[in-house]
Amino acid sequence: MQTLKLLGTSALAAIVAVVPAVAQVAAIGPGEGQLNIVAWAGYIERGETDKAFDWVTRFEEATGCKVNVKTAATSDEMVALMNEGGFDLVTASGDASLRLIAGKRVQPINTALIPSWGAVDPRLQDAPWYTVDGVHYGVPYMWGPNVLMYNTEVFKDAPTSWNVVFEEQTLPDGASNKGRVQAYDGPIHIADAAQYLMFHKPDLGITSPYELNEDQYKAALDLLRQQRDLVGRYWHDAFIQMDDFKNEGVVASGTWPFQVNLLRAEKFPVASTIPQEGATGWADTSMLHADAEHPNCAYLWMEHSLSSNLQSDLAVWFGANPAVPAACTDGRGMLTPEICTANGLDDFDRIRFWTTPTANCAQGEGACVPYYRWVSDYIGVIGGR
Amino acid sequence: MMGFRPVTLPVRGPGDRLTALFWRRPDLLLVLLLAPPLLWLGVVYLGSLAALLLQSFYSIDEFSGLVVQEFTLKTYLELLRPSNFDILLRTVGMAAAVTLGCAVIAFPIAYYAARYARGRWKAAFYLGVMLPLWSSYLVKVYAWKLILSKEGIVTWATDAAGASAVLNAVLALPVIGGNSLSTSYIGTWIVFVYVWLPYMILPMQAALERVPQSMLEASADLGATRAQTLRRVILPLALPGVIAGSIFTFSLTLGDYIIPQIIGSSRLFIGQAVYTLQGTAGNIPLAAAFAVVPIAVMLVYLALAKRMGAFDAL
Repeated sequence: MQTLKLLGTSALAAIVAVVPAVAQVAAIGPGEGQLNIVAWAGYIERGETDKAFDWVTRFEEATGCKVNVKTAATSDEMVALMNEGGFDLVTASGDASLRLIAGKRVQPINTALIPSWGAVDPRLQDAPWYTVDGVHYGVPYMWGPNVLMYNTEVFKDAPTSWNVVFEEQTLPDGASNKGRVQAYDGPIHIADAAQYLMFHKPDLGITSPYELNEDQYKAALDLLRQQRDLVGRYWHDAFIQMDDFKNEGVVASGTWPFQVNLLRAEKFPVASTIPQEGATGWADTSMLHADAEHPNCAYLWMEHSLSSNLQSDLAVWFGANPAVPAACTDGRGMLTPEICTANGLDDFDRIRFWTTPTANCAQGEGACVPYYRWVSDYIGVIGGR
Repeated sequence: MMGFRPVTLPVRGPGDRLTALFWRRPDLLLVLLLAPPLLWLGVVYLGSLAALLLQSFYSIDEFSGLVVQEFTLKTYLELLRPSNFDILLRTVGMAAAVTLGCAVIAFPIAYYAARYARGRWKAAFYLGVMLPLWSSYLVKVYAWKLILSKEGIVTWATDAAGASAVLNAVLALPVIGGNSLSTSYIGTWIVFVYVWLPYMILPMQAALERVPQSMLEASADLGATRAQTLRRVILPLALPGVIAGSIFTFSLTLGDYIIPQIIGSSRLFIGQAVYTLQGTAGNIPLAAAFAVVPIAVMLVYLALAKRMGAFDAL
C-alpha cells in the first residue's frame, strides 16, 4: 500500500516536473513576534471556546510570537488563502498538501531544526502526502479516520460492515435502513464506495480507492446509485448531521469522530466503529509558506506542536489522533491510551488516507479517472442519474 | 471731485480657482462626479461579469483536468448532459413554483394591507412583514429544519391531530415527496416561500394602493360582481406589482445555494453546482457556464416583465 502510494506520488511529482529547490531554513533565529496560521476550525485553541483547551497561551509567553489564526472551512479555501499569501503556516489535509507543493506555495522543512521530529509517529514520518522525493514539506499535525457512527438503541452490537449504508437491509430493530442512513456530500465519498468494493469484489482489482480505472470507477458509481435510494439527505455540515441523528431518525452514517464525541457528550446514544472493510481518513500537516514572513516563529511553533500539550489536548478536543504517539501515554495533557484507541490509533493500517485522484496513477499514465470527473459524476449520482 | 479708490479684489484661493474652473467647464465637474460610480459599475461589476462570461467559453482538458484557454462551446454543451440539465430544470422549476406560491399567498395579505388596514393596524402589518427580514437568514433556515424534521413539531402536530396518514400520503408522492418534510422538495419549497414572501408582498401592496377607488366604484356601478371587479379591474392594474415582486422571488430562488443544502434531498441547485465545480474540482469553465444560465433566464424574464408593464411605474 505504502509503496503504491509512493509510486503514485512520484508519478505526480513527475508530471509536476521539477519540484522547486527552495532553500530551506538553516538555523532558527529569534522569534519575529508574530505568527499567522491558516487552520481548520477548532485546531488552534487558546482557551476561549473552553478554558480547559488551550495550547497557544504558553507558546506566546515562551516565545513572544503572537499567534493569529485564520480559520478555513474547506481545503480549497486553504489553498486560496495560501495563494494570496501573508500567512506563515497552514494545517493542510492530504487533498491540499500536494497541490500546495506542486504550486510552490510551501517550502521544505529542515527537520534537524525540530528537536521533537524523532518523536513523530514513524508511520507518518515519510508519508507521501507531504513528502516528495524524500523532501519533507511539513510536520505532521493530527490524523483521524472517517468512522461509521451508529445509534446504539438500534444496533445493540456494532455493525461489522459498511453494508448498512450501502445495501438495503433490515436493521436489528426490524425496520428497513431506507431513509435512515446518510453518506458524505462530497465526491471523495466515491473512495468509500471503492474501498467497500475492494473488500467485497476483489475481482475488480482495486488496489487503492483513490486510483480507479474506468471499470472500477463505474462499479463504485453503481454502488453509490444504489445507496441514493437509501439516503434521504447527504451530510455536508457536521452540525446538520448531528441534528439529523437527533431529529431526522438517522441511525447510521460515515462521519468524523468529532460528531461522535459531541453527540456522546450530550448523552445521545451513539457509538462509532471501523468496520471490516477499513475506513478512509484524513491526515493534516503543518506546512510553511514559501514566502513566510515569520519563519523563526513558525519553526518554534512546529516544535511546540509536537512537544507540548497540543498533541494531547487537541486529540481529545477534536476526536483525532496525535502525530506523536507518546502523547497518548505520557500524560502531557488530557489524552489517555483508552481515548487513543477509541479514536482509532491502532487502526492506522486499516485507514486509507485522503489523496487527490489524478489521471496518472500507479496503473499507468492517464489510466485513472481524475478528480474533476469524480465531482461531476457524484453530482449526477446525488441527482438520481 | 472724488479721487479714485483702487478696487481691491479678494485674494483667490485654490478653492475659488477650482470653483471657477468648474463654472467655466461644467462638463468637467460632471465627469468627476460620475467617474467613481461608473468605474464601479463598469470595472468591478460588469468587468467581473465579463470575466465570468469569458471563462465559460474555455474548457477543461479531459486528461489533465487543467483549464484550456481556447474559445469553445464545449462547456455549454456539457450543460446539456442529463445530470447537468437536471440541475437547470430543477432550479428553474423550483423558482417558478416558489414565485407562484408567493404570489398566491401574498395577494390576500397585500390586498388587506393596501385597502383595509388603517392607522395602527397598518403599522402592525408593516412590522409583521418586515420583522422576519431583521433576523438572520441562517437562523430562520435552521429553525425551519427543526420544524419540518421527521421528529419535529409538524409531525408531532399531525400525529396529535390524527392526520399523520395525510402527511404520509403527501410524503409518498413521487419526486416531490421524501423521507420527511425536511428531506423533500416540498420542504425546500415551503422554506423558499417563507423566506422570500416579504419581497412579494411589498411591491404588490404598493401596486394595489395605486388602484384608484373610483375605478372600483365605477365597476360596481356598471353592474360587475366582486369577482368580476377582481378579475377585470384589480388584477390587471396590480399586475405590474405582482411581476415586480416575482422578479425578486424568482431571481433570489435561482441564485440561492444555502436553503437547498440544509433543507431538501441533497440534489443540487445551480448555486450549489457553481460552488462545487469552482472549488475542489477546479472546473471553473463549467461553473461559469452554470452561472451564466440564471443571467440568461433573468434577461428573458425581465424582457417579458417589461412587456407586461412591470417597469412603467418606476
